[in-house]
Amino acid sequence: MINCKDAVSRLWAYLDRNLGRAQQEELEEHLGLCRHCCGELEFAKQIRDRLKQPGSATEVPPESRAKLETFLKGLGEKS
Amino acid sequence: MVRSGEFETIVRPHLSYLYALAVRMCGNRAVAEDVVQDALLRAFRGLAKLRNRERPRLWLTRILTTSFHDRLRAEHTSDAVSVDENFDLFDKIVEEDPFPYSDRVHLDFLELFDDIKIIEVLQRLHPSHRVALILAYVYEYKTREIAAIMNKPLGTVLAWLHRGRKQLEQDLWEYANRNRLLTPQQEAQV
Repeated sequence: MINCKDAVSRLWAYLDRNLGRAQQEELEEHLGLCRHCCGELEFAKQIRDRLKQPGSATEVPPESRAKLETFLKGLGEKS
Repeated sequence: MVRSGEFETIVRPHLSYLYALAVRMCGNRAVAEDVVQDALLRAFRGLAKLRNRERPRLWLTRILTTSFHDRLRAEHTSDAVSVDENFDLFDKIVEEDPFPYSDRVHLDFLELFDDIKIIEVLQRLHPSHRVALILAYVYEYKTREIAAIMNKPLGTVLAWLHRGRKQLEQDLWEYANRNRLLTPQQEAQV
């Protein structure tokens, strides 16, 4: 069975579904027996979810939207 | 041949998406706006290359990513970063125990970061690693799609994702310490 170091190094690739079948089975076997690595996996999911969480920082402010709309319209009129 | 107004019709539904992606990449609204404008111009000039006009998002993402990288090149931005391969944020939080009264210390740690702080932390990553992480985890592109967007081999993108994640863990911890996000809890236990 793989050790914790190997298991942790595969967790994100596992979440990304980028592991080969054999590597995935080895990891799942390890996770079935290791609470620490299950915690690491859960934390990796939480980091991923935190990155995904939308917020006001990425919303288009009205003045920027107006500028981009004008720019887009200008390009559209060229076509 | 582009019909009058066709470009506008194709692109308008994706403006908010392009802007949000650019803010995450650039970490700055003004720069993001410039990058989006540059991408729109390139998209307009290259519209004939768009195969599926019903689904232009991947194509627009590729153009925006190119605009972002070209801007970095023009500014001669240094992208050298060092990554500590042995750093493990999960273990670091357990060792340092910044929330001694909590039974969900890892979640407590992540809740220190609002979206503005997350964007600031992302800016410390190597630009290519940052873009790969944003595309993978914010917008859920598959690795092969990211490879197509960034015009790189799959293996390169996998390596970038690995290094980017390591760097992100390290930078989250450093950011929390540098900005004293952990201080109130540490003082409370004294």
